Amino acid sequence: MSARAALAIRRWTPLSVAAVGTLAALAAALAFGPLFLDANALDRLTTLFIYVLLATMWNALAGYGGLVSVGQQAFFGIGAYAAIRLSSFGVGVYPALLLGGACAAALAYALSGFALRLRGGEFAIGMWVLAELLHLLVNLDRLIQGETGTSLIALNAFSPEHRRDYNYWLALASMGALVALVFALLRGRLGASVQAIRDNEEAAASLGVRVLATKRILFVVAGAGCGLAGTLYLATSISFQPATYFGVQWTAYMIFMALVGGLGTFEGPILGAIVFFLMESFFGATGIWYLVGLGATAVAFALYLPRGLWGTLEERFGLKLLPVGYRVAGAEGDGPARGRT
Amino acid sequence: MIWLNQVIQGVLLGGYYALIACGLSFMFGVMRVINLAHGDLGILAAFLVWAIVEHSGMSPFLALAIVLPLMGALGWLMQRAMLERSLRAGVLVPLLTTFGLAIVIQNLLFEQFGADTRSLAPAIGDLAFDSWSLGSQIYIGKLAGLIFAVAVVLLGGLQLFLARTGLGRAIRAVAEDPDTAELVGVDSRTVYAAAAAIAVMTVAVGGTFLGMRATFAPYAGPAQLIFAFEAVVIGGIGSMWGTLAGGVALGIAQNLGAQIAPNGFLIAGHAVFLAVLGARVAAGERGLRALFGRAA
Repeated sequence: MSARAALAIRRWTPLSVAAVGTLAALAAALAFGPLFLDANALDRLTTLFIYVLLATMWNALAGYGGLVSVGQQAFFGIGAYAAIRLSSFGVGVYPALLLGGACAAALAYALSGFALRLRGGEFAIGMWVLAELLHLLVNLDRLIQGETGTSLIALNAFSPEHRRDYNYWLALASMGALVALVFALLRGRLGASVQAIRDNEEAAASLGVRVLATKRILFVVAGAGCGLAGTLYLATSISFQPATYFGVQWTAYMIFMALVGGLGTFEGPILGAIVFFLMESFFGATGIWYLVGLGATAVAFALYLPRGLWGTLEERFGLKLLPVGYRVAGAEGDGPARGRT
Repeated sequence: MIWLNQVIQGVLLGGYYALIACGLSFMFGVMRVINLAHGDLGILAAFLVWAIVEHSGMSPFLALAIVLPLMGALGWLMQRAMLERSLRAGVLVPLLTTFGLAIVIQNLLFEQFGADTRSLAPAIGDLAFDSWSLGSQIYIGKLAGLIFAVAVVLLGGLQLFLARTGLGRAIRAVAEDPDTAELVGVDSRTVYAAAAAIAVMTVAVGGTFLGMRATFAPYAGPAQLIFAFEAVVIGGIGSMWGTLAGGVALGIAQNLGAQIAPNGFLIAGHAVFLAVLGARVAAGERGLRALFGRAA
């Protein structure tokens, strides 16, 4: 039994190389979507891309960073608001949408020194209050007309067909770029540090992890992602009512997608977003019972399947399609040895 | 004079905030859980009281006496069926489960009672608008005064209960260290469930008074949770009386804000909360302090 010497640390497996390759090919194929998909499919896919973006951002914060925020709608709303404001100043409408995401990132940076020093429930509700306060402040802007809201009128410069294609591409590109960015960040030094902080902040600090700076990167990226999701939602719906954009239901959706898919796994929230998207397509029309079902499902997963659908599959079969962690593999029998994600 | 009046009304409003906040503070102190469904449980109680009043025509106070044990049982059940399991899974899972529970409660209420805003004010007759006058410009509503008095009695009662009774001692012991408490024969599971039942009963009282002094609707819970949490943080989770002080500070800030601008009510409240939280962060205090660390 000299297997001990033959242990190897691996990140990639043939399966995960194939998975990343397939995903990249799929994204490339989707880029040609407007050529072969009908209008309805394009609209639905745009929505799905927004969901994947939101779920990945919330999972990056909570699943990897241990930061449960009930206030990510702050960035969703501010992104959309900033796009409207910039457009009113004469910035081109699509650049304004992108800059809206940048404004949300800037806001996240500005808030980070305060918010990231809060812990646990204090952070959760502190973020919620920040979102409420920003909602009230946005209402003060005369352009928004309080809860009446306004519209991104400048979008009317494009025909509905062109708008649909542009929105689709913008959503696909935003989702692709931010998911890839989070993937790259989590595979690097930041991934290890941030998970160390999640598991024990004092211990991580004592090992020389720069706690605040590390959390800040994640918080700003998540702010940018949620802000972009807000501007994308604005691009598809055109109208801006503050209560819709700053509503806590966005956080509820994010929690649902991340929990059901698998909190703290990279693939999980993507799967969760697809599940959420399908549930909405099939049961959304049932209204209230659909929402009751969402809440109850979230509770059930948190209690009985805390690693979510993907986390459970991963545990059982040693699957890793998009590896952000490492695995220990013995030379004989490349068994499903597990490392932490 | 008008400013003095706003301060006095703010103090009275603070009594209501203390009522809805004390259960939140209590539960955090014992179980280290922030129950995100706290506000919704208060609204649920208000709806139950409203339904009983509507069907039988009895006084809301009598109806509350019927609802209280139900809410206590619900709190017990919530602890045993949900929180107990999620507590074992770390600090994040209780936040997620109680948030999910909040969504379930809100939408079930909507399904059952519809979107209309309700009020218990018509059922309490003159109490809803009677007032004592202090001078020519200041009036103190009898209901507001009653709510403040109930808050003081409830907070004082809880304090006495924790200090003097056997169960109170057990709760303090488990809050300090559940494992050691088990060693000396305290059943921590039962103690946790009792604490949850007490917390939910207090917010049921708060929700019922909300129904008497204003209106409520199925989705009104989160706003109450935020007010309760703000009161708790402003007062500092140090003692029960801190919660009252925090509620009063929040009420005064909101009323002064409303005097300055029409939408200043909420903005001023949130701003004071964030300022206090920011000051505490700057002073290096780590997280929320345990309820019994200093009070016991």
